[in-house]
Order: sequence, then structure tokens, then C-alpha cells
Amino acid sequence: MEPSLILIILAGALVACGVYLMLERSLTRVLVGVMLASNGVNLLFLVIAGPAKAAAIIGLNDAEDMTDPLPQAMVLTSIVITLATLAFLLTMAYRSFQLNGHDEVADDVEDAQIRRLAELDEASQSYDEDDGEAPDEDTDTEIADDLQSADHREERGTP
Amino acid sequence: MIDNLVAAPVLLPLMGSAITLVVRSRPAVQRITSLACLTLMVVVAGVLTWSADVNGPTVLWLGAWPDQIGIVLVADRLSAILLLISGIVSLLVMVFSLGQDLQERRRETPMSIFHPTFLLLTAGVSNAFLTGDLFNLFVGFEILLFASYVLLTLGGTGERIRAGSTYVIVSIVSSLLFLVAIACVYGATGTVMLADLALRLQELPDQVQLIIHLLLLVVFGIKAAIFPMSAWLPDSYPTAPGPVTAVFAGLLTKVGVYAIIRTETLLFPDSEVGPVLMVVALLTMIVGILGAVAQSEIKRMLSFTLVSHIGYMVFGVALASEAGLAGAIFYTVHHITIQSTLFLVAGLIERRGGSTSLTDLGGLMAMSPVLSVLFFVPAMNLAGIPPMSGFIGKVGLLQAGVETGQPLELAVVGVALVTSLLTLLAMAKVWNRAFWRKVPDAVEGSADQSPRARGRRMPRSMVLTAAAMVALGLGLSVVAGPLYDYALRAAADLLAPIYLDAVVGVVR
Repeated sequence: MEPSLILIILAGALVACGVYLMLERSLTRVLVGVMLASNGVNLLFLVIAGPAKAAAIIGLNDAEDMTDPLPQAMVLTSIVITLATLAFLLTMAYRSFQLNGHDEVADDVEDAQIRRLAELDEASQSYDEDDGEAPDEDTDTEIADDLQSADHREERGTP
Repeated sequence: MIDNLVAAPVLLPLMGSAITLVVRSRPAVQRITSLACLTLMVVVAGVLTWSADVNGPTVLWLGAWPDQIGIVLVADRLSAILLLISGIVSLLVMVFSLGQDLQERRRETPMSIFHPTFLLLTAGVSNAFLTGDLFNLFVGFEILLFASYVLLTLGGTGERIRAGSTYVIVSIVSSLLFLVAIACVYGATGTVMLADLALRLQELPDQVQLIIHLLLLVVFGIKAAIFPMSAWLPDSYPTAPGPVTAVFAGLLTKVGVYAIIRTETLLFPDSEVGPVLMVVALLTMIVGILGAVAQSEIKRMLSFTLVSHIGYMVFGVALASEAGLAGAIFYTVHHITIQSTLFLVAGLIERRGGSTSLTDLGGLMAMSPVLSVLFFVPAMNLAGIPPMSGFIGKVGLLQAGVETGQPLELAVVGVALVTSLLTLLAMAKVWNRAFWRKVPDAVEGSADQSPRARGRRMPRSMVLTAAAMVALGLGLSVVAGPLYDYALRAAADLLAPIYLDAVVGVVR
């Protein structure tokens, strides 16, 4: 079987564009990216099916002349699944827009907090300094103050 | 007769899903249907496990095609035992969530959607465990992924949409990679049936084999949350409702582990990526557990321990010896049970204490001794305190590792011990902060903010179900002897061409 070079290049280009878009924060762009990339992957199935031949219907054509129908069945399944995925992504983007006014994927809140504490060189609030004693209110407010001042510093743009 | 039973674990939940969707305005009918489907599924899985152990693998060619043309379902010892344990866990989680259902109807978790989606998830998991066909495995993955998208974003709150976005995008990427892998496999061999592939892949040039092998490993690695591909898991699991996280933690990652075990033993029995897997297992363990120690939120901490303990199973697979695989299988069964239990208990803690953040919690020991026991037992089991099943699984794996005597294997054994110790540290931290210490003053001060005020009573059915899960975990320790023997037999099957004989040999 001779693979079709044009289809392979086309698939590569589609997947490359798709991956680029998927790296964006906005869900709508991710959606378009998924669309492109999945079409690129679907093209791969056309490549492996080989050059187009006669329809795979018994009685109409000889078995030797038929196109391999199995990749087509697979690609059909994958198109249907992609369609459903896209519908779901679209709903999520819309819901995110409803809730936040934009559709950008935000950072995890807990993650961001741990990162900030690490920058300030503070221990996590659940860190046991000495055997199970509760952190008293002072330390808590201190950390809160530190966090606030860190915020201010970030806003002013000075380290 | 028994052949046809193999289709039941897939068909029952699928039909149940359809029925519960139609009768979604009648909660009572939904509940009965879900419970009936899952109970039947457990019974069937039990029969299949027994049959696989006594008579060898059960094989069913679907759709009355001539043999070897259609799609095949196979229940060998490995598939059957995983099917059984996942069925039991799904059933118990369903009963647990019914308690939530009866107690309250919160807008956050619309139960009418929950039933059909949960059953669909179970169908996808069963399909993935049973299928003997690479493309059907992809379809099984998609079924369970779609159900999981819906379950994860249930109610569509802002936090869940955020967590869901990451999860959905990562899953889509892994699905695309899977499709690429399938295209490569079909292009190279002209078949997607696993048993056929086992024979035909051997004839390919080494490089092509390696490309296909690595592609499949990456795909299943994302599903199983193995280290370089594990970041999505702790980000997305904790925001979902308790029962959903429990079933995700128990089943979804293990489907990935199962797929890795199956492909490594069946398709690539003499591959050279063993050392790579070994290093990956080491990193998964240590990175996961260090993440867990740093967390101050119980569900997130549990998500990190989940990632970390996947490393143990990968270690067993990487050993590729009978003892290693048996350890991996036993550990998978143990881990499905324990991790689900802990997430269910975390759901109870959230309900009773009003939070899962270790800064807010305190004094749960005094508030609810029952809850303390429910947490303590599986937590110690996870950390691997003898004589519980976690200990037995770890000992099995470590022995298998030491027997090889290679430096890399010994290094992983060392890291596994450290990981186990750090797991104990993480669990002890939760115990100290949430259960043993007094309620923190800062939190007690404001009346409406205190956990006591926010905490609600735990419904009896939920406590009983959680207790049943804990008992199941302990039960695994009691029957550990026979179960480990079973795992050894399953591992021996994987290394001998039992699967091939059953699927291809019968007709040749």
C-alpha cells in the first residue's frame, strides 16, 4: 500500500494548528483547536485505508477491487464522538461565560495559594510546627497581611 | 450459556441508563432500577470470576459474525476480578449517594441526571475491562469519559466548570492520541483485535513496534495518571461531589492501569521499555506523595496519594515477573476499595464538619467517634499498616522487586518504602488536625462560621454504606490468602499464552 503524502501533510498541518489553538486559555479557541486536530487525526484513517477503490458491497464489486471498509467505520465512530465532545465543550464555554463573563480557564485556587505561600517562604497553614498545636490567630492574620502586601507588590509591579 | 453472560456487565448498566433517563421525573423508579442493575452486574461478575478461575477464560464473539471477524469480549482471571471489585464498589457508592438523595435535594447535585450517567460510567468501565479489541477499548474509554465529564461538572457551578475544563481538555488530547495509535496499529498490521495483534506485532520492525508501544503507553498513562501526565488529576477531582470523586478515584485510573497491564503482557511481552516504566513508577510514587504532604485540604491530599499509589501498580507491571504482576493485580484490587472508601469518608467529613480544609476542621473525634473509626481504618490500610491488605500488597511487590536484585529495582523498592512512610505521615496529619485537636479558636469565634454550626447530621444510610466499604477493605485482608493465590494464577495466565489460546486457539 502506498500512503498518500498529501493527506499525511494535510493531517500534520491540521494537528499542528489544532495543538497551537489548544494551548490557549480561552475555551472557544480550544474548541476550534480540538475541531482541527480531530479532523487531522481522522484524515490518518483515510491514509491507512489506502487509495479509493470501488464500494465495499458484496455482489456489486469483487473483493479485490473494494476499499477497506473498516477504517471508514472507525472514522465514522470517531466523528460522532468528536461531535459530542465539541457539543459538550461548547456548553461548558457558554456556562463559563454565563458565570464569569469570559470563557478562560482559570488557575486552581488552592494551587495559586500554595504557590504564593512558597514565594513568601511561609509554611502551609496546616504545617505542624510543634506537635499538633493549633496555629493561633496572630500567625493567621500575619500570613493574611503578608499575602495582602504581596498582592500590592504585584500590582505595583515591583519585586 | 455462560458465554453470553460476558455481555451482561456492559448491557445491564446501558439498559439501566436508558430506563433511568426515561423515568427521570420518578426518583423511586430510578433508584430501584439503578440498584437492580448494579446488583445483577455484581452477581454476573461473580459468576464470571468463578468461571474464569475454574474453566478458564470465557470468550464471546459478538453479532454472530464468523469467528475472528467481529468484536470479541473476553473475561479472563484479570478482567473478571477487576470487574467484580469495580461492580461491588459502584454498587456501594450508588447506595451511598442514595442517602444523599433521600436526605436533601440540593441544586448542586441534580440526582435525576446522576443515575443514568453513573450507570453509563459503569457500562464504559465494564466494556473497557472485557473487550478484546483495541477500537472497542477506545469506545469503552469514550463512554466512561463522557459520563465522567457530566458527573464532574454536575450542577455547573463555577468551581466545577473550572475543574471540568482542565479534565475535559486533557481527556480529549488523550483520546486523539489513542486514535492516532489505532490508526498506526491498523495501518501496520491490518487488525485491531488484541489477540491477532499479539501475533502480528511481533513481525513488525522494532522501530514501528516501539512507536506503537510508546503511543499506547502515553495514552493509558494519561488515563492512569502516571507522573509526567498526572497533573490533571489533583486539579479536577476534589471539586466534584463526594460519591463521584469516590467512583472516579476507584475506577477510572484503574482502567488505565488495567490497559497498561493488558498491553504490556499481551502485545509487548518482550519489550525493552521496562526500565523506563521503572523510573516512571519511582517518580510517580515520590512526586505524588510529596504533593500530598504539602496539601491542607483532605480531598486534594487524597487525590495526590491516589497518584502516588498508582506508582506501586506500575512498578509491578514494570517488573514483568509473575510475582510482580500478581502484586500489581492484588494492589489494584486493594486500592480500588480503599481509595473509594477514603473519598466517601471525606464526603462524610465535609458533611459533618462543614469543610474538608484542615485549617477549619477540628474536634471531629469528640463530635463523631463513628466517623473517626471510619476514617482511621482505611487510612491505616492505605499507609500499609500490617496486617491489612495494603501491607500485604506492598510486601508482595517489594519482595518481587528485591528478588530481581538489580540496582534500579532496589532503588524503586527504597522509594516505595519512603512513599509508604510519607503516606502514613499525610494520614497522621489529617488525623491530628481534623480529629484529634480541639476546634481552632479562630474558627470557633464566629458563630455562623464554626464547623459545628455548618455541619449537618450524617444520614444513617450513608454511614452504614461507608462502614460497609470499610468492612470490604478489611475483608480483603481476611481473604488475602486466597485472593493473593488468585492474583498469582491471574499473573501466570498473563505470562502464559492463555488469553491467546482462548481467543484465537479455539477456532484454529
